Amino acid sequence: MIELDFPAVLAEWPLLAKGVVVTLGLTTVSAVLGIALGVACAWARTEGAAVLRVATTAYVEAIRNTPFIVQLFFVFFGLPALGVKLTPEWASVIAMVVNLGAYAAEIVRAGIQATPKGQIEAAISLALTPMQTFTRVVLPPALRKVWPAMVSQIIIVMLGSAVCGQISTEELSYAANLIQSRNFRAFEVFIVATVVYLLLSVMVRHLLNWLGSRFLFGGRRG
Amino acid sequence: MTTTKRHLLTAAAALAVCALSSAAFAQTALEAVQKAKLIKIAVPTDFPPYGFVGVDLQPQGLDVDMAKYIADKLGAKVELVAVTSGNRIPYLQTKKADLVISTLGKNPEREKVINFTAAYSPFFQAIFAAKSLSVKSLADLGGKSIAVTRGAIEDQELSKIAPAGTDIKRFEDNNATVSAFVSGQTQLIATGASVAGNMMQRNPQLGTEYKLLLKDSPNFIGVAKGEDALRLKVNEIIAAAKKAGDLDKMSQKWLGRPAGNLPE
Repeated sequence: MIELDFPAVLAEWPLLAKGVVVTLGLTTVSAVLGIALGVACAWARTEGAAVLRVATTAYVEAIRNTPFIVQLFFVFFGLPALGVKLTPEWASVIAMVVNLGAYAAEIVRAGIQATPKGQIEAAISLALTPMQTFTRVVLPPALRKVWPAMVSQIIIVMLGSAVCGQISTEELSYAANLIQSRNFRAFEVFIVATVVYLLLSVMVRHLLNWLGSRFLFGGRRG
Repeated sequence: MTTTKRHLLTAAAALAVCALSSAAFAQTALEAVQKAKLIKIAVPTDFPPYGFVGVDLQPQGLDVDMAKYIADKLGAKVELVAVTSGNRIPYLQTKKADLVISTLGKNPEREKVINFTAAYSPFFQAIFAAKSLSVKSLADLGGKSIAVTRGAIEDQELSKIAPAGTDIKRFEDNNATVSAFVSGQTQLIATGASVAGNMMQRNPQLGTEYKLLLKDSPNFIGVAKGEDALRLKVNEIIAAAKKAGDLDKMSQKWLGRPAGNLPE
């Protein structure tokens, strides 16, 4: 029978707390910027000029078909060769934004394509500019349709941030690894980390569902 | 013939062979080496810069140089025997090698089964950085970023002695730690001599040099139990090499640091 020693792990709570803060911080920044990037790319892929369309398609395909950790290593270990040196935290944020942006682009595009043509024609006949049509008529119902998928993707990116510890970003998994390399209580540490991740995911999902309906596309359904 | 009987016979035959071969080894290893003008020395081939296979497929490194040096002083040709950390002591015990020069650290468990000569080269965990960066003492680490492999000996030492304000960046494994330093993400690196030696060889453009010592655990040459004549002879050679500065030269060449004060 394994003897579990949770006090040894919980005594390191400042490290864990810092890890939670960093993980949430990374997720918040990359969610906001990632959705913005995703919407921009979705617009470019549906409404943009041909060049823009090709460029965003290349970006989306490149990111969606490579592992996140490779993208992260590229930003942190690769870019310095071009003279771009980033702190581990910035490298993590950039990798997460770029990653989420590509997935968000496809999610938003799905919502845009589901918008009935008549709705767009109605907007144009009311003399709205193309930009107004996109931001006022097309985007809000599109976001509402795909919001659950978007929330899932943000959660995936948050859980994916666990690998940012590999480049010494001090997020939750990094804290867990550091604790277990000091007291060798790997089992307990990762049980704690698992529970914390689970709680974070549930909380973030509820928060995002609420935020989405409250601010992004209005409270009314239908 | 029953199986049991056959087994017994095989065992008896095996014993007889053993007895014969140990009779052949009755002369001391030193006598055998001097007579045959050939010495078998176990070296690593998977542990740069101590012992590794170069682009010309020949073993090279500090341990290999040392093996050649000792053979030369004994007036014998050297036959290098490639070993790994797992089998280097068995090779000595079974006389497949006369000496083991393979980054062997001395500890009580090993002293029970083999003997050690004086130390011939340093092995250490240390802090390395570019020549242009001035790091003279531990206090100089404050405010600087330093890469280290999480949970390794150097991490434990560094965490203990680094001044507050040192930006310690911990990575998953030696490769990531080295990558972080080589790509310029950290100013310094804390790692073992072998990892650092390898890194410096592959990235000469960085001008990396040894800065501060974290922990010392020198290497000794292993000799089989009962071969005191050989052990004393090798000790003489090591002492002379130390005096002549040859040990320092070898250490400087492969590790970027003089051998320093090695224990006898």
